[in-house]
Amino acid sequence: MTARQTILDAVRRNRPRGEHKLPEIPGFAAPGDPASEFKRRLAQMGGRLLAPDGADPLAPARAMIAEAGSGIVVSRVAALPGNRALDGAAPASLHDVDLAVLQAAFAVAETGSVALRAVDLGVNALGYLAQRLLVLVETRDIVATLHDAYARPDFHEQPYVVLQTGPSATADIEGVLIHGAQGVRALSVLLLGPE
Amino acid sequence: MNEQPKRIRIDHAEARSRPLAPDGAAEREAQPRGARTRKGRPVDHAEAAERFLAAPDHLSFHDKRLWDLREKRDREARGIPEWEQLRGLASQIKEHTLARLDDYLEEFERRATASGVVVHWARDAAEHNRIVLGILRGAGASRLVKSKSMLTEECGMRDFLAEHEIEVVETDLGERIQQLDDEDPSHVVVPAVHKLRSDVAAVFARTLGSDPSNDDPAYLAERQRMSNRPLILEARVGMTGANFLVAETGAVVVCTNEGNADLCASVPEVHIVSAGIEKLIPRARDLGVFIRLLSRSALGSPITQYTSHFRAPRAGGQMHVILVDNGRSNRLGMDEFWTSLKCIRCGACMNTCPVYRRSGGLSYGATYSGPIGLIIDPTIDRHKYSQLPYASTLNGSCTAVCPVGINIHEQILSWRRVMAEAHEPAMGKRLSMKGASAVLSRPAAYRRAVDAANAVLPHMPRFVLYNPANAWGKGRDVPAAPGQSFHAWYAAHRGPRR
Repeated sequence: MTARQTILDAVRRNRPRGEHKLPEIPGFAAPGDPASEFKRRLAQMGGRLLAPDGADPLAPARAMIAEAGSGIVVSRVAALPGNRALDGAAPASLHDVDLAVLQAAFAVAETGSVALRAVDLGVNALGYLAQRLLVLVETRDIVATLHDAYARPDFHEQPYVVLQTGPSATADIEGVLIHGAQGVRALSVLLLGPE
Repeated sequence: MNEQPKRIRIDHAEARSRPLAPDGAAEREAQPRGARTRKGRPVDHAEAAERFLAAPDHLSFHDKRLWDLREKRDREARGIPEWEQLRGLASQIKEHTLARLDDYLEEFERRATASGVVVHWARDAAEHNRIVLGILRGAGASRLVKSKSMLTEECGMRDFLAEHEIEVVETDLGERIQQLDDEDPSHVVVPAVHKLRSDVAAVFARTLGSDPSNDDPAYLAERQRMSNRPLILEARVGMTGANFLVAETGAVVVCTNEGNADLCASVPEVHIVSAGIEKLIPRARDLGVFIRLLSRSALGSPITQYTSHFRAPRAGGQMHVILVDNGRSNRLGMDEFWTSLKCIRCGACMNTCPVYRRSGGLSYGATYSGPIGLIIDPTIDRHKYSQLPYASTLNGSCTAVCPVGINIHEQILSWRRVMAEAHEPAMGKRLSMKGASAVLSRPAAYRRAVDAANAVLPHMPRFVLYNPANAWGKGRDVPAAPGQSFHAWYAAHRGPRR
């Protein structure tokens, strides 16, 4: 008998007694205004919010790219060109990227997360091998709770979706929090559009 | 880029107490080591705990760090009005899934296969390890980079692969520290929490060539990051565990903080996922419940830095999922213990447990330590772990914090009964514990005993409480007994009029 059949048979034989209905998940109230809750949580998780520029919404992003100087910048946002093309890059070849510029599919207020899909990253490894990320978020794309997030079709359609919340972090040595564990050392967010 | 990592004081996951070892101290306390396992003999938790208790710097840090996580968990839980409702939902969803696990496993397999994922089935640890080796050989790989997985610890995968000349690189910082020090992880979430920075500095000086006199955590973490990175870039095969498997979408969900799991999944050509069959949940929307609970319960943060959903291989890559039984289907058939399969490995029960905090995870001598370990380990080896159910005060704190509502302390008590019936505990413990087991398993008798203790305790001399025959007195003071038990008070003040 195959392992598959052995396991399924054993599971079937040992089914716990009782009905054990699958509950419906009710709606839950939002934890306050989504934009301000998102900002608070992003800061708690070690992310940085770029100060907005009323006259030119993309100016803070351009300034950050300019500051990277001769560092390698890969951008997935057409309006904010980088200095290296991504198309078809082997994942490991992204090891020297300093800054990656990405557009989030949506963001989650209650956790301060930005959602990046395979289609947003181009190459999944870009979100982890770059030293720093700059993520653009449309304010209208901030959902209140994780329940709202998981109602989105992305989790059924995309080969890969990640909720990134601040930069990579560890507190494995004496509980001292360090940003820049194995993934990005810093994550900055630029909010766009009216709040 | 040679940027130094930043050390920022913010409250997420950070400990309150630091540094503990004074800089430049001439004598650093040696790290207490875990349980001494002897073939055919039960693990002696009490003996290992005694050595942990005799190391005041380690004990004090460990106790405070884990209690700090518990307090952060409480703060996050209080911030969500529907917290208790979420716990109830999580429990119901898990119980439902386990009661129909065969259907959900098949649905997951169908969905994942349709997305191009190769699904494997492993009856036990040996079969799991052989499948992993086969995938590595197929890819022509001699190295495996991996993120943290309790299941691969359970399967003894590292030792097996080492025998077949495959180098395994743990990429999580805590897990790497433990690997380089040839120790098991001591906690499901923070694997090296029993070590002080001085211990880590010594391990890295010996194995990574770091400066032995530099025990700054930021420096040590950076050394590990830089030593990991080339190994990940060159690897052909990477491995992650799984926190959840979603039947409806065929997705593997991985929750981590360091970014290493996604590196292991996205840089090498082949991604292997090792997952226990109990990780199934029915629907994508169920994740809303579990992700809200998981990191809040574990670290007191609203979410892990990375919550990753893998539904298909990345472009140009392969993805394999190994569904592992290794005793789980058997546990499913145990009337009193099957709900332990609801566990989502958050570690909250460990952080809150006074015995765990004062004895360290390695003293349990098992893959799973703390309260959840007490009820899982005996299902793996009843004789070897026969004493573990006694490493508990039965205070019920584990049950109170469990995000999926496992009645942990009641199952601990049930295991004592099972062990007592099998005459498992050693003589010394049995003298004092047998009575406790018999009395505590019957509520009315328990109440009579508590009333008697309240009358007698204040008048008992210390030598009676702390003599060697009383296993409970070791390493802890018996708390002052209240003048009246809760039941007596309730009967007098609120109970039905008699």
